Amino acid sequence: MAITLNHYLVLSAALFTIGLYGALAKRNAVTILMCLELMFNAANIAFVALTRAVAPQVLTGQVFALFVITVAAAEVAVGLAIVLAVYRQRRTIDATEIDLLKW
Amino acid sequence: MNTNEPAVTIAFYVFSALTLGGAAGVVFGRNMFHAALFLVASFFGLAGIYVLLQADFLAVVQVLIYAGAISILVVFAIMLTRQVERGNEWNQLRGPGLLLGVLLLLGLLFVLTGTQWYTGMGPYPADTVSTLARQIFGPWVLPFEVASVLLLAALVGAIIIAREE
Amino acid sequence: MVAELAWLFILLPLLSFLLCVFVTRPYPRLSGYVTIAAVGATFLLALVAFWSVGNLPPDRTLESSVQWVVIGGSVLKVGLIIDSLTAVMLLVVTLISFLIQIYSQGYMAGDPGYSRYYAFMSLFTASMLGLVLANNLVLVFIFWELVGLCSYLLIGFWYQRPAAAAAAKKAFLVTRLGDLGFLSALLVAFNTTGNLDIRHLIDLAETKQLAGATLTAVGLGLFSGAVGKSAQFPLHVWLPDAMEGPTPVSALIHAATMVAAGVYLVGRTLPLFLAAPDVLLVIAVIGGLTAFMAATMGLVMTDIKRVLAYSTISQLGYMMMGLGVGGLVAGIFHLLNHAFFKALLFLAAGSIIHSVGTQDLREMGGLRRFMPVTFLTMLAGAFSLAGLPPFSGFWSKDEILLEALRFGGVGQALYILGLLTAFLTAFYTFRMVFLAFGGHYRGPAVTGDHGHDHGHGAPHESPPVMTVPLIVLAVPSVLSGFLTFGGFFGPFGEFLISRLSWHPHYEPGLDLTTMVLSAAVSILGILGAYAVYGAGWVSPEVFSSTFRSVHTLLVNRYYMDHLYNWIARRIVLGIAGLLDWVDRYGVDGVVNAIAELAVMAAGSLRLLQRGWVQFYALMVTLGIILLVAVFGFFGDIIAFLRG
Repeated sequence: MAITLNHYLVLSAALFTIGLYGALAKRNAVTILMCLELMFNAANIAFVALTRAVAPQVLTGQVFALFVITVAAAEVAVGLAIVLAVYRQRRTIDATEIDLLKW
Repeated sequence: MNTNEPAVTIAFYVFSALTLGGAAGVVFGRNMFHAALFLVASFFGLAGIYVLLQADFLAVVQVLIYAGAISILVVFAIMLTRQVERGNEWNQLRGPGLLLGVLLLLGLLFVLTGTQWYTGMGPYPADTVSTLARQIFGPWVLPFEVASVLLLAALVGAIIIAREE
Repeated sequence: MVAELAWLFILLPLLSFLLCVFVTRPYPRLSGYVTIAAVGATFLLALVAFWSVGNLPPDRTLESSVQWVVIGGSVLKVGLIIDSLTAVMLLVVTLISFLIQIYSQGYMAGDPGYSRYYAFMSLFTASMLGLVLANNLVLVFIFWELVGLCSYLLIGFWYQRPAAAAAAKKAFLVTRLGDLGFLSALLVAFNTTGNLDIRHLIDLAETKQLAGATLTAVGLGLFSGAVGKSAQFPLHVWLPDAMEGPTPVSALIHAATMVAAGVYLVGRTLPLFLAAPDVLLVIAVIGGLTAFMAATMGLVMTDIKRVLAYSTISQLGYMMMGLGVGGLVAGIFHLLNHAFFKALLFLAAGSIIHSVGTQDLREMGGLRRFMPVTFLTMLAGAFSLAGLPPFSGFWSKDEILLEALRFGGVGQALYILGLLTAFLTAFYTFRMVFLAFGGHYRGPAVTGDHGHDHGHGAPHESPPVMTVPLIVLAVPSVLSGFLTFGGFFGPFGEFLISRLSWHPHYEPGLDLTTMVLSAAVSILGILGAYAVYGAGWVSPEVFSSTFRSVHTLLVNRYYMDHLYNWIARRIVLGIAGLLDWVDRYGVDGVVNAIAELAVMAAGSLRLLQRGWVQFYALMVTLGIILLVAVFGFFGDIIAFLRG
């Protein structure tokens, strides 16, 4: 059975959903960041798979995926720095206890 | 599309399983360190998928940046926050999150499989690296420069935020 | 001409009131003189008015009206009327007021509130004269309330004493209860007839234009006002307590004039009651009941003023009974005689109190040797009150009994009750006399110290300024009964009915049986009192122990005060508590519930904004799902709708 575009898209959707579930339902801020990475990657699969099927000559999807990886790297760096700062101030990285946005 | 289809099919399912299993390990695992390792496994599976999609450059980048750099950063964060003993707990949204997650998955599958994509716009380039290079330093040069500035800003910002007072 | 002068009756004492308040306040003696001069002038005016009325042709009256307010289409005219009834009342009020103002100079000497006392007395005299002169029920009501106010102010004259302040409050509140009925009667009458002129109302009642339930309501309302003011059962409880005021006040307001205002009002509007026989019956029965009950309570009181207070209630009941059986002449005649002898008795009691410094009969005794003038004048008043012939009380009491007998039916029962009351009256009156004047002095030991510090020196006769009014009052107390046979303008009854705007039923004549019976019970009562309290043949303890339960009932004043206190405490406060609860938890509860609802709604909405990022993310996810659902499942419909 041949692997078609839809296979990759379904894989992408499944990965995205798993990442989303983790991002919503876990307490640890580092885990949440990991799940965010999973969601970025799910998006990348969709980009790459679609550019191969739709625009193979210009590879726009792959360019996007590269940018996504760049941004994800920056995001992880800043995100983890924030996690460390919060941990130093409040001695916790439990996302349910970090409610500074309320004020 | 490809000549050795059975091998590709098998490879797809193996890499998919690795990716999704790693992801599930991140989410459902009890131990933070194991979660980080599952993440690395998931990233390797993705790299395999990229290879199957003939995105060889991306596959390399994936291994270098994600499986290499980002995973190391995550492990550092886990160690520095010393919350390992609390494990990888769920919060109150475990039930609602699962429900909405399943609903979203169904919705995405419905939309993705129900869409008629325009395919077969031309042959796939033999050399992806040079094509990508032409693209990035051609039409996408401005976003590329902006991305470099973004990285610099993130670097400085992360240092400022994370350093001890 | 004389009709217009009638306004002076009100204006002169009012002027003296204003002078006392604003000008002569720092000069107490001057305040007294101003008041005495003003009231003396009104007495002279009353003589003029009486003479003018007497010289009028029959069935004519003097009236002077002014337009007061115009409300929509109805014109409210108020005015003064001088007819035979008013003329009699004017003479009584001004003469007694005048004598009491003179007497007060001695009784109130040295009181720090001397000017205030005279100011209030002036105001009272003005209001009382206004009350008897008014030809309109609205005006009557205004003066009615003004005399009530003066009564309140003068009962509480020594406001530093808690008992006086409480008594003033009680008098005000209890009479207000009756006035509620008066006011409702005015409202009903005005609503029905659009005019509160007394003569107009009487005309309507006599021509049956005002009849049935409306007339009954008006009559009962007016009578309830009279019940409050004249201390009739069941609103009699304020009058004994009102004795906390200075004794001249008790004599003027709570014996002779103001408490008689209720009787006067019923007399003035008697045709309304004659047209509503049910109400008339109520008046007669309540009057008889009050007369009897108050007399029984008078038997056991040890405070000399309270004995007189219950006697006043009893005699007012007598008058009401007389009016209730249709005897205008009898009722008003008794009012006249009672005013004189009761004022005399109060002033004599005041003289005693002034001398011995106590009101307790048990601490008096043997005073006839110390105060001969007071003794003799009080004896005259007591004989009159006891109804001993030929003193004045005998004649008017006889007329009332006779009217009751002629009334028939219930009247015969009231006749028996009246005779019984007459016996009791004679008994308690002479119980008081024997306790105060007979035997030996039982007060604190007589010392040589005889100064202005009353209550410590020996009993002594009062100064002439007090005894002269006593002597003057003793004259009508003895003689005014003979007015029934003839006066300046014919016999009292003939005079009274001849110059009114309506024709009262009056049947002159004396009934020998009634006279004999009445005289007999009076003498019996006096002898009985002599046997127990004068000669000591029988000890009073024999009665109190034989009829222990009755004695307890009487000492506790039929538990009426207890009943009112119970009603106030349990029922009124209970309802108030209930309403308080309704207000606190019902009305406020609804308001608070709305506020709580808003807070709760805000609280549940607040959960959406609790600063928990993952929850926000969940909501974003929900939004995505909804968008996918809308565009995924209904995309075709939307596309179709957009054409």
